Parts: sequence; structure tokens; C-alpha cells
Amino acid sequence: MKQEENISLGGLKTGEGGIIISKLDDLLNWSRLSSLWPVGFGLACCAIEFMSTASSAYDLDRFGVIPRNSPRQADVMIVSGTVTFKMADRVKRLYEQMADPKYVISMGSCANCGGPYWEHGYHVLKGVDRVIPVDVYVPGCPPRPEALIGGFLKLQEKIRTESIMRPKALEKLMKKDAV
Amino acid sequence: MQFEEIKSLIEKELSGSVLGEDLISTPKALLIDSSQIKSVCEFLHTHEKTYFDSLSCLTGLDNGEEANTMEVIYHMYSIPFDLHLTLRVALDRSKPTVDSVTDIWKTADWHEREAYDLLGIQFKGHPDLRRILLPDDWEGYPLRKDYVEQEKYHEVKVKY
Repeated sequence: MKQEENISLGGLKTGEGGIIISKLDDLLNWSRLSSLWPVGFGLACCAIEFMSTASSAYDLDRFGVIPRNSPRQADVMIVSGTVTFKMADRVKRLYEQMADPKYVISMGSCANCGGPYWEHGYHVLKGVDRVIPVDVYVPGCPPRPEALIGGFLKLQEKIRTESIMRPKALEKLMKKDAV
Repeated sequence: MQFEEIKSLIEKELSGSVLGEDLISTPKALLIDSSQIKSVCEFLHTHEKTYFDSLSCLTGLDNGEEANTMEVIYHMYSIPFDLHLTLRVALDRSKPTVDSVTDIWKTADWHEREAYDLLGIQFKGHPDLRRILLPDDWEGYPLRKDYVEQEKYHEVKVKY
């Protein structure tokens, strides 16, 4: 079709076909990593840093990160703070309520390994990875907003290499069967 | 009104209830017979010269196996007379039981629940004596000197 005709018919302004060729994996991964919506709950001082990260100074929005108030709408869970045993059951429940694909960022020393409570904190879970699988650990007590953003970038890197043909969980299962 | 005056007031009304005093603590403390703590509190709360209308804090304390006592410590304040006073009761460590003061001060409700939660002190007459901080199915009382944490909680290892 000639360009004049195209314009007269109300077609594309560029006058060219609107087709982009990509791999399905790349498209899915790109869309997933560009809109990581965390389920918004805070457990301790790390939550203050998380709030600060979401503020205009650090602007978490620019990575497509928008805190949601329901686990049903969320893609990633940020465990920001000390997880007590009482809370651990709830954290697990929230994780189970999230739709797949779901990711977990463990933020700060407490969520990573118990932090300052590792020895005498009888009520503290010594690492949230004892109840839910963790994708990215962000060290710090509490981590600065830059560190949390670093954690998100790390998670994006991880998602970028995923493939629907080779789900990681399935790979693990296959390995177990082989043994 | 001075500490000594309060002490003699109590002794006059409820003889034998004051077992001793501790002048080092802030505010100064009276050691009270555990069976009479409720009547002493009631007396201090209603007496026109003291009118301790505010229970600032209620604390539980484990003195360990050697002393073989537990204590409940009452910090009280009189708003109209600007008076401070501490009361202490010593309890048998093997069976720590004391009368609840929730009838006198509503604020004692959660304070007593905390002392029960962490030390296992029983408060007779408390309207709702359950754990307040730890989960309901927690085993043991963590602030006791001989506390050993449980191996697992809901299938998760407790120790590091």
C-alpha cells in the first residue's frame, strides 16, 4: 500500500507495519520484571527504609514497583524486618495467597538469619527462608534504600533469565527423581 | 505526704500487711504480704489522703532458684497529690499466685497478662488471663531464670 493511501485511510502515522518480533520468554520476562508489585507489609525498622525507598527521593516507582495491599495482586513479597514465630505463620499464609509467579526478597539481617536476635531471641525465626523460599537476600541492619533497590535489580536480573520451557521448580523436581 | 506517713497509714488500717521497706528503689518501696496486696491497693486507691488513682506499671520478676521467689512490683501514682509509691510482693516460686488488681485499676489487665505470659504468675480474679505477646500454644515462660526454649515451634527449628 502506498503511503498516501495509508494516511488517507487513517492508518499508522509512520506508514509502516506495527510488528515487533520477539521471543515469548523475553516478552514475559520483560513484562514481569518491569512491574514487580510487592505486597506491602512491614515488620520492623526495615519497613521504614522500605517506605523511604518508595518515597520521592528514591522513587521506587521508576522500576514499576508499586506496593499493593493484597497478596492476591502482588508478585513479590518483601520481608522487611524481624520475623517472630507468631508472625512466621502469617508470613507463610500471605506467601501462599500470592499468585504464581511469585518472588521473595528478604530484607535486612533479621529476615536473613535472625540478626541481633540469633542467639537469645527465643521468639525470633532465624531466617525467613525456614518457612518460605527466598530469591534475593538484602544485607544490612537496616539496608539503605540503595541496597533495597539493588535487591530489586538483582531480582530483575534473575527474572530476565527465566524461561517458560524450563521452570526452575520442575528442574529441581526432575533432579530429585533422578537421585 | 511522705513515705513514712503512707507506711504508718497502711499499718494502722491493715496491721501486719507491711513486711518491710526498700528505700533504695525509686520511688521508695514497701514490701507487702502477698495475701493482703489487694486490700492494701484498695485502701491506697480509695483513701482521701493518698488517692493513688493511677497504676503506672505492674512488673513481674523472677529472683532465681537460690532465692526461690518471684515478685510482682506495683508502681503507682496519685494524680491529685503528686505521690509516687512502689509496692512489692514476694511469691512462692514453685506456685506464684497473687490476687488480681484489675477491679481497682483497669490498666492492670494487660500488665498482668504480660506477667503471666512471660513468667507464669497466676493472677486470681483476672477476667481474661491469656498470653498477650507470645502465641497461645507457646511452651514455657521465657523470663524465668531456668527457661529453656522449645526445640521446635510449628515444625520449625527454634535455635539458630
